[in-house]
Amino acid sequence: MTPLVSAAPSLADVLTAAGTIPAPKVDYFAVSPLLVVFAAAIVGVMVEAFVPRESRFRVQVGVAVLGLVAGAALVGAVAVDGRVLQTAGSAGAAVGGIVGAVVVDKPALFLQGSILVLSLLSVLTMAERTVESGGPFTPQASAVPGSPAESLARRAGLVQSEVFPLLMFSVGGMMLFPAANDLLTMFIALEVFSLPLYLMCGLARRRRLLSQEASLKYFLLGAFSSAFFLYGTALLYGFAGSVRLFDIAQAISGDSGPVGKDPLLLLGIALLAVGLLFKVGAAPFHIWTPDVYQGAPTPVTGFMAACTKIAAFGALLRVSYVALPGARWDWTPALWGVAILTMVVGAVIAIVQTDVKRMLAYSSIAHAGFILTGILAYSRSGVSSVLFYLLAYGFSTVGAFALVTLVRDAGDGDAVGGEATHLSQWAGLGRRSPLLAGLFTLFLLAFAGIPLTSGFIGKYAVFSAAVAGGGWVLALVGVLASAVAAFFYLRVVVLMYFSEPSGPTTVVATPGVPVVVAVSVAAFATLLLGVFPTVVLDLTQGASAFLP
Amino acid sequence: MTPLIAEGTRATAEAASGTLQTGAWLLVGLPLLGAAVLLLGGRRTNAWGHWLAVALSWASFVWGALLFLDLRGLDAEQRVRNLHLFDWVPAGDKATGFNVSAGLQLDPLSVAFVLLVTFVGSLILVYSVAYMEHDPDRRRFFAYLNLFVASMLLLVLADNYLLLYVGWEGVGLASYLLIGFWNHNPAYAAASKKAFIANRVGDLGLSIAIMLMFAGFGTVSFAEVLPNADKASEGLLTAIGLMLLLGACGKSAQFPLQSWLGDAMAGPTPVSALIHAATMVTAGVYLVVRSGPIFEGAPTAQLVVVIVGAVTLVFGAVVGCAKDDIKKALAASTMSQIGYMMLAAGLGPIGYYFAIFHLLTHGFFKAGMFLGAGSVMHGMNDSVDMRRFGGLSTAMVTTYATFGLGWLAILGIPPFSGFWSKDGIIETAFATGEGWRPWVFGLTAMLGAAVTAFYMSRLFFMTFRGRKRWPEEAHPHESPALMTVPMIVLSVGSAALGFLLWSGSRFEHWLEPVTGGGVEGEPVIPKYVLMAITVALVLGGAFFAWSRYGSAAATVPQEAPRGSVLTRAARRDLYQDDVNEALLMRPGQYLTRSLVFVDNRGVDGVVRGVAAGIGGIAGRLRRWQTGFVRSYATSMLAGVLVVALGILAVRV
Repeated sequence: MTPLVSAAPSLADVLTAAGTIPAPKVDYFAVSPLLVVFAAAIVGVMVEAFVPRESRFRVQVGVAVLGLVAGAALVGAVAVDGRVLQTAGSAGAAVGGIVGAVVVDKPALFLQGSILVLSLLSVLTMAERTVESGGPFTPQASAVPGSPAESLARRAGLVQSEVFPLLMFSVGGMMLFPAANDLLTMFIALEVFSLPLYLMCGLARRRRLLSQEASLKYFLLGAFSSAFFLYGTALLYGFAGSVRLFDIAQAISGDSGPVGKDPLLLLGIALLAVGLLFKVGAAPFHIWTPDVYQGAPTPVTGFMAACTKIAAFGALLRVSYVALPGARWDWTPALWGVAILTMVVGAVIAIVQTDVKRMLAYSSIAHAGFILTGILAYSRSGVSSVLFYLLAYGFSTVGAFALVTLVRDAGDGDAVGGEATHLSQWAGLGRRSPLLAGLFTLFLLAFAGIPLTSGFIGKYAVFSAAVAGGGWVLALVGVLASAVAAFFYLRVVVLMYFSEPSGPTTVVATPGVPVVVAVSVAAFATLLLGVFPTVVLDLTQGASAFLP
Repeated sequence: MTPLIAEGTRATAEAASGTLQTGAWLLVGLPLLGAAVLLLGGRRTNAWGHWLAVALSWASFVWGALLFLDLRGLDAEQRVRNLHLFDWVPAGDKATGFNVSAGLQLDPLSVAFVLLVTFVGSLILVYSVAYMEHDPDRRRFFAYLNLFVASMLLLVLADNYLLLYVGWEGVGLASYLLIGFWNHNPAYAAASKKAFIANRVGDLGLSIAIMLMFAGFGTVSFAEVLPNADKASEGLLTAIGLMLLLGACGKSAQFPLQSWLGDAMAGPTPVSALIHAATMVTAGVYLVVRSGPIFEGAPTAQLVVVIVGAVTLVFGAVVGCAKDDIKKALAASTMSQIGYMMLAAGLGPIGYYFAIFHLLTHGFFKAGMFLGAGSVMHGMNDSVDMRRFGGLSTAMVTTYATFGLGWLAILGIPPFSGFWSKDGIIETAFATGEGWRPWVFGLTAMLGAAVTAFYMSRLFFMTFRGRKRWPEEAHPHESPALMTVPMIVLSVGSAALGFLLWSGSRFEHWLEPVTGGGVEGEPVIPKYVLMAITVALVLGGAFFAWSRYGSAAATVPQEAPRGSVLTRAARRDLYQDDVNEALLMRPGQYLTRSLVFVDNRGVDGVVRGVAAGIGGIAGRLRRWQTGFVRSYATSMLAGVLVVALGILAVRV
């Protein structure tokens, strides 16, 4: 765990060694992906300030894509370069008071890589301007909905481009989140990726009030959950005398561990877990998900659903496998309950949804439950299955939401209307646009876990890991919930192919190249991971060991 | 040729060498190419497509003939050649996994089949050019025929049971497509479905046999299963044997899966000649002979083969006596003749030889007679009712002559082809086994020959002799040369092939590397006495038919008389359809109906109930989602409390 921006030793160290702040020891190569992404974000801010308006959008997209591609390339380079990981391992063994804030181990690299790839696809969907010349975002977020200022901005042809630096900051935070090696760094990462997301949720071009409401709700509840996270951190610090994950693990398992402080530990775990479970959207902390997923601009929803989930589950994995294994018998029962509740709630409530975005939101809740069963396996195969599932689910999700952006109300004349998200508007889509319906069916089948799609392998991996870890009850509930979930996925398929079209009110927009690329990649990956899963399963199995 | 192989042993396979052998895949490839070109080429190939099909089929024959000469030039023990094509199913490691390589087995047995299939097949293709001349779908017809030839060749050339199965299904498909070639007629379409389903029952047996083989031997290739058959338990071999027999019964229309063959005559007559007389229906015999070592290790299964053969040969013969439809009568006779082959195939190595021998001669004379029937139909406005024929010998001389040679052959009159092969089967039946067996099976075969003589003569006389019973509008005429020449060639085979193969035990020695060879036992009745009795019975049967249908005095009513109980039963195929309906179709319908009922009321009820329940729960849970942040925050707080208390509770 050396590759670390390891400045701040624990608070105690700082206090005792007042005045002497040791220079942070940084392995720049290991953290270079992070640095590149953050640099791209800052460049984006500069672009916003200095580049002329006409070319701003294109430059922003270019900077974002470049930053993400470079970041992904560097993640690859770090992963290939065994030296860094080697050093990390040996330094971890020789813990000598040096506190690592960031650890770049194989799971972290896999998660970072997944986030970068999926963010890249998300950027492509956000850069869509063929369907609507202004793109999916409001030209001026500060204009009050329905006000003269808004129509002025629209008529002036302003284009929203601030969303790209926001996205890059968010991506940077997401990459840091699962690599954070102490709770404070983790908290900072949490805020770094959450704050831009709150903003991005409010940027929808249409139905702006709904979008702003989603943004505000997400912000309020997010702040609420952050408070829990921070409170949990404080309690754990009180228990262990350190916020470092490894120190907490030591304190839990060591004979020298604090006596009589169990309530601190247990409450700390509970509150910390709440903060993380909120981000993954697990019941009963899922309640924001449908409203936010529905209100946010659809490309942002896709991005959140795919990447936030990866980052948050990555952090959950790290906390539970590095910091809290010693206390697992205390907290796993509660997490079992959460997992079961999440699967059931997600799958059951999705049945009665009539809005495709809300349906996908509940589906994402159900998937969070499935992934939790993998975490609860408490084994390397559990980690591996979760990593695989996250990537597979991410591809299908980005693809599915990208397709949602293309189904539109018929507008006046040539202009397309807003997104037609009511399920009744999707009736008979298979006849009108067989390609779109076919691709959406593919993603739905992947969500449902039908063989030859990535979803099947993912589900099989997490459930078999759960069974091997003694969690056959979880697996059983998971399979039953999958059956329920399959119903509402297949209902949409039936709706698209076997129902009479709802009339000419729905049109399917022809997307530009970026969306075509994003959807093609997502569909291809969904099939590839379903037919030749070993390509990625080998990777995830190799990347399933956390460094302390 | 002298036997160079020790008695009772079979030659082991060697790798193929030389262009002729390594290029043997072309045997299958050429007709397959034809089928692909004709099916994919569409209307553009209408003008010349049938000639391409004919040419490719002849090319296959030429290759097969050269291959035959090539193998003939080798020593007997080197005549079994294996041509590896590619690794087909590489699953698991070599020792324990399921590994199948696609390869061809070139040996005397398969090459004999190749020659039969390609030669008779090509002749029939030539015949079809004229026969199908006015059919708008002639191109499709030739495509299917080429597909059939390719599949049949794959079936007989495969070096393992799985690849054989591919060919087996291929011929089944071609047969289905061709029986229903005129599928605008619902009866014909139904006939093709009937054939398809009856064949599926048999195919299930074959597939189970293959699975048993893999479970028992760990492999499905001939080279590994057959030589090791004696090491396996008799129980396993019996199971495999019976399942193989089930497959053979389906494909070869043997009892109790015989019902489809009569209806299969719905297809164009060349199809009946090639597929449902000369080649495909004999695939079951091939399968049993090829699997000889398995049956030799399972006497029970072998006995069942003999019984099935005996039952079918009587069954077919009885049905044949009552049919007035010329094609259905021929179909019944085919069934009966394959019964002979099957009976012989159950009699051990010498029986294999006679089974294949009869198969070859039958292929010629039966194909010839079917083509003759087609020619008659051609001249009689597609009528098939023999009660409306009569006296055609003057109107269609060539057809009459060629059909006559086939008739003499199937009767078993010396020296025509059928005599040599059928008499051998009767002798072997009298010579094999102990106690009651030679008597029962021998007498059955002998009486079958007499009945065969009667009904084939009846068919022959009703069609060509006696008084003219044509309808007014019929103007019988001889068919064009494209049709008569193949008939003449086949009739030459009907006349001479038997003696040619029999003399000097040529064919027997040729097959020895595969069948293992065997000594002909001594019949319970002296050989020449047997022969004399058989010929006498045959002549008696033929004379009886003559007196009733052929002589100038005989009157054949144009409407079928009511007939005796047995006649009525035979007209309805001995009630086989009624039995199938009563035993299988009705119970099946009741079963499906009751299942539908259970599914509707029980399963669907439960499913709908669960769905409604879940929907109700979801409807209630949904109210949780009020839209107010304050209530969201409250529910989160409640969740926090529950989780925290839950974690604390575990410790307490």
